[in-house]
Amino acid sequence: MDRRNFLKILGSGVAGAATGNLLTPGRTLAKETPSAKEFYGILVDTTRCIGCRRCELGCAEVNGLPVPDISESKNENLLKTIRKTSDTQYTIINRYETEKGKIFVPKRCMHCNQPGCVAACLVKAMRKRPSGQVTWDLNCIGCRLCMISCPFDIPKFEYNKAIPRIQKCNLCYDRYNNGVLPACVEVCPTQALMFGSRKQILEEGKRRIAANPDKYIEHIYGEYEVGGTSHLYLSSVPFEQIGFRKDLGTVAYPKYSTGFLYAVPFIFVLWPIVMLGINRATKKSKEDEEHHEEKEKH
Amino acid sequence: MAGEKLETVEIVKEKGESPNIKNLGDFWNFLKKELVPRGHIATPFNIISLPIMLLGYVFIVLRLAYGLGKPVTNLNQEYPWGLWIGFDVVTGVAFAGGAYVLCFIVYVLRAEKYHPIIRATVLNGFLAYLFYAGAIVLDIGRWWNIYNPMIGNNFGVNAVMFLVAWHFFLYMLAALVEFSPTIAEWLGMKRLRKILGAMTLGAVIFGITLSTLHQSGLGALMMMAKSKIHPLWYTDFIPILYFVSSIFAGLSLVIFEGSISHKVFGHQLDEAHHKHYDDILVGLARICAVTMFGYLFLKAILLVHEHAVPYLNSAMGFWYLFEVIGFILIPCLMFISGAQQKNTATIKFAAILTMVGIILNRLNYTFIVYNWYVPLSEKYWPAPMELIITASIILTEVWVFRWMVNRMPVLRKPPAWAIEKH
Repeated sequence: MDRRNFLKILGSGVAGAATGNLLTPGRTLAKETPSAKEFYGILVDTTRCIGCRRCELGCAEVNGLPVPDISESKNENLLKTIRKTSDTQYTIINRYETEKGKIFVPKRCMHCNQPGCVAACLVKAMRKRPSGQVTWDLNCIGCRLCMISCPFDIPKFEYNKAIPRIQKCNLCYDRYNNGVLPACVEVCPTQALMFGSRKQILEEGKRRIAANPDKYIEHIYGEYEVGGTSHLYLSSVPFEQIGFRKDLGTVAYPKYSTGFLYAVPFIFVLWPIVMLGINRATKKSKEDEEHHEEKEKH
Repeated sequence: MAGEKLETVEIVKEKGESPNIKNLGDFWNFLKKELVPRGHIATPFNIISLPIMLLGYVFIVLRLAYGLGKPVTNLNQEYPWGLWIGFDVVTGVAFAGGAYVLCFIVYVLRAEKYHPIIRATVLNGFLAYLFYAGAIVLDIGRWWNIYNPMIGNNFGVNAVMFLVAWHFFLYMLAALVEFSPTIAEWLGMKRLRKILGAMTLGAVIFGITLSTLHQSGLGALMMMAKSKIHPLWYTDFIPILYFVSSIFAGLSLVIFEGSISHKVFGHQLDEAHHKHYDDILVGLARICAVTMFGYLFLKAILLVHEHAVPYLNSAMGFWYLFEVIGFILIPCLMFISGAQQKNTATIKFAAILTMVGIILNRLNYTFIVYNWYVPLSEKYWPAPMELIITASIILTEVWVFRWMVNRMPVLRKPPAWAIEKH
């Protein structure tokens, strides 16, 4: 499948999602000029999520993970506790009791614009693809610094395997290359998830907020957080009520270690020169040395 | 080890003649002779350490067979790094810092006073890197890929970890070159000894540069854990704190290791060394006191700079003060008084306190105040097998250290043909 075809499908998927909802009439996203430099991501509208967990099922099927039971009785039980993604679950849904009632929130990798995990990786096993997906590769040595460096605690390690992997959502990178929507977006029955370029979904998010200021709070989580993410969230309540951290700041995570990295070449050049200088300066003159040796003989 | 004492004395006499190694066969025969254990085998230390070591090796096989998680370690998704990284690698490398500090003092500043302890310290540093940093092989999940950052199966050149990995590797080489003249003397290789001896200063300067960068680099690894480390510990200057603390951490270990070595291997030392040793300890205590004072000063500035003062009045704040006052300020004052009164007992005790403080500090960053908001019941705690594997690695290092000190001129005088001129 070539790019043109892919974009057509992508466009129709997005358009389909749009026409399926009365709030988003007459959009022309398919006309957007694409470029490989553009990051793709998902707009998550938590006001539309009904907690059916079909995205969890679709994700598991596509990625070869243990298939979850998503019957209603099971859901009711499971959603009582706040869960985290795991090495067998790339995406999960949590339910939060808020001032506006129950709100369901899908959680998965945020696909940061400048990811900490990618900056941490010493073999580039974690990579930010030109199209925005943060993916993991087999040349990983398993040091787990990506887990330490992720502000959202997303990369998960297979602790109980002799040949372990880092497991996380890769925004269905293979499917993207084949021109297919991410599994979770495809199966979502309420269009709570919308796939598109970051620019598209950001505009759409702002449009929805502007069109319905009573429904949404005026904040798109991920627009600025940690330097911007490719996953964007809309909410009807302040984000801290639905399990988001508000203290992460807007600085891209790799920036925190650049200060040290800048110092490295300076030290590498200056230290040897300074030390060699000191070494030369402290060298005793020949006379001193002879004097010293004589003294030792006595 | 009383038996060893008697025998080593004989060896010292015997060693007046260095082995005459002309070909590989000679070398092999010499090595076989040297590998034979000397002295009593059934010493209390051996009886206690051997079972722990063997048990540790069995657990290492378990770890390789069943993966990194339970039952071998308690590591989990919340706490990716535990005892092996926090203690074996990060603390172990700080303790190995004595080698680069003393190399700076002896070879760059030419403070001859400290020359008698340089070889033991460099050997200790080298072995610490080999074993404790080597313990990283057990901790990394996909250990068969460990050479990837070296062979270029993708260079993550902008990653702090990439820098640290390369520096570990290169520093081990530098430390080996620094120590290699001793090995050449042991083998009686006079020409090689001369060549290797000429490389010392280069290796030392390279080694100090690498040490500066990877000691601080270990701290820089935690920079992106900003949202997870308690604000009392997280500052933009973690790398500098790690570097400064590695100076007194390393020297405290030199004091601690020296005081044990002097009891165990004391018979190998000549009288002049014994006489100078207290003087050396006092000097080391002074350096520790000054660097610790600088470290405290830096900590105080950062506390204000990072607006972290209000946190002091909380459970975490008390834990912070416990670390800083109990294991930095108090040993710092003890080093000062010990140095003034030339009281080596005080100095040794201060060194032990400092070492405990460094262990606390490094473990704080890796798992104690890392994810500090996680409830106590869900916190990481080292599993028994983790502890035993760590103990096993330390004891193996001690065994190798003992083997080398008993055979090579580490503490005793080098053979007459190799007496160094400075």
